Amino acid sequence: MSTPEATLEGVSVKSLRLAPSRRRYGELVIRALLQLCALVSVATTVGIVIALMIPTAEFFGDVSIVEFFTTKVWSPLFADPKFGMLPLLTATLVITVLALGLAIPVGLLTAIYLSEYSRPRVRSILKPALELLAGIPTVVYGFFALTFVTPLLQDLWFFGDPPGIFNAASAGLVMGIMIVPTIASLSEDALSAVPQSLREGAFALGSTRLVTSLRVVLPAALSGVAAAIVLGISRAVGETMIVLVAAGGTPNLSFDPAEAMQTMTAFIASAAIGDQPTGSTGYKTIFAVGAVLFVATFLMNILSIRLVRRFRQIY
Amino acid sequence: MPAPPTELRRANAGRSSMADSAFRALMLAALGRALVTLVALIAQVVVKGWPRLNGDLLNHFPSSRPIMAGAQSAIFGTIWVMGVVAVTCVPIGLGAAIYLEEFADQSRWYNRLIEINIQNLAAVPSIVYGILGLAFLVRGPASLGQTVLAGGLTLSLLVLPVVIIASREALRSVPRAIREASLALGATQWQTTRRQVLPAAIPGIATGTILALSRAIGEAAPLLLLGALTFITFNPDGLGSAFTVLPIQIFNWISRPQEEFRVLAASAIVVLMAILLAMNSVAIWLRNRYRRKW
Repeated sequence: MSTPEATLEGVSVKSLRLAPSRRRYGELVIRALLQLCALVSVATTVGIVIALMIPTAEFFGDVSIVEFFTTKVWSPLFADPKFGMLPLLTATLVITVLALGLAIPVGLLTAIYLSEYSRPRVRSILKPALELLAGIPTVVYGFFALTFVTPLLQDLWFFGDPPGIFNAASAGLVMGIMIVPTIASLSEDALSAVPQSLREGAFALGSTRLVTSLRVVLPAALSGVAAAIVLGISRAVGETMIVLVAAGGTPNLSFDPAEAMQTMTAFIASAAIGDQPTGSTGYKTIFAVGAVLFVATFLMNILSIRLVRRFRQIY
Repeated sequence: MPAPPTELRRANAGRSSMADSAFRALMLAALGRALVTLVALIAQVVVKGWPRLNGDLLNHFPSSRPIMAGAQSAIFGTIWVMGVVAVTCVPIGLGAAIYLEEFADQSRWYNRLIEINIQNLAAVPSIVYGILGLAFLVRGPASLGQTVLAGGLTLSLLVLPVVIIASREALRSVPRAIREASLALGATQWQTTRRQVLPAAIPGIATGTILALSRAIGEAAPLLLLGALTFITFNPDGLGSAFTVLPIQIFNWISRPQEEFRVLAASAIVVLMAILLAMNSVAIWLRNRYRRKW
């Protein structure tokens, strides 16, 4: 707000200033209150970091960090505790890979269809349906995995031993469906943000819609699509209820999706259900695994946020 | 959205190749895969839960005998917890959104930090919020115990970023010209926000808030961390009361081996999904009813 340069006749420049003529204390109080609301979110992050850091530091006073990340037996709540979290990491990896193996192609194809092919009428029906899919509670997905997908897999399994009641395959596949709306809606935003002139250019050169979508629009929206996928991975790694219900509760160093296994989140939840006394090693273990989970998802979220920024800047 | 001019489309139509139609089929298959799952999921819980979908579910308390069991304490617990979430996260979320959209200087590093922080919080796994609640609210500094208040505040922190992001979008969609006109007439910043921007943005804010609350209703993982998985056969009578909620009760029933409890779980899922569907419908109706083209 620059000070007006011209002076009206008889009126000094000073009285025309746009700044308030007197301090408005009410405004300042309201502004401070609103700022305080915004700071609640910062306090939440600080709270999470403190809540995780202190017990985790104590935990690594009791347990060697090398043992934690490199040994293969995880039984922290037993009388003879072993703290090798590799089985939790591999289980998280297996289920995430299964989930993303389904969610990336389905989510991307859905996004391309919604953004490049479908008519507005069709879109106005399909988008709420996808939102509905995103709104289903994860415990319901878990129930679906356990009582519908697992029996189906047991019937249709075609290699090796059929899966047991608890298995990684059914948890991973259902989690994939859960993540589809995340990937589809974020990718669709990115695809829709690509300027129309790029498409028109491609059509003018005689490209079919397929070539335009895959060779022109998709590459142009790549950073946004990548952000969607990274966010999808972050959600898969952090998802709890589906794996808790459908993948079982046994730490298992295996890459066979037909077997039961326990992810990081499932361990945290089942350890907490057991009600660990404050300060016990079992209690601290919850926080140590939680810290690994938080750091992993934090890095992915930041990467995703940066990628979104990039495509917002370009267009 | 991007339908090319008709002449162009006609020119392409003649040469529509095998690859083009194969890709179309592939996309429809992907979409079908998602929608079929949605239908299968709903059909399965309705069919499975049908025998127990009656008044007993609402009138009875959880019991170790499946014939006697109902979900009344879970339904009342959900109502109590959601009350706490609504009362705490709506004003704070709205306040934060107004600050960031209307008052904050976006070029300042701390405001950008708040913004990135909120985006990150929206993607932090829900179970981590449970850890936060366990360390600070249930035990530690606040020591509220496993109560309605602790559960509600934990879920409130969980959905706060969602409320903030949705409210900001609603505020941002109000044109600048409205603000400038109000300021030009001598209104202060807050008067402009309070009397011009907020009324115009309320439908969008309401839609976003309802969707955020419906996310909180379905959350189970953070409450498991707080130790809410206990046998509760009474309705909460205050903020300091022990509680259970529908998703936790459902999880409890799923994890029992007897088939009868699975049926109960399915019927409770139908109740939960009906609540969510009703909230979603209201949100979508609000969005369509009050959508304004500026």
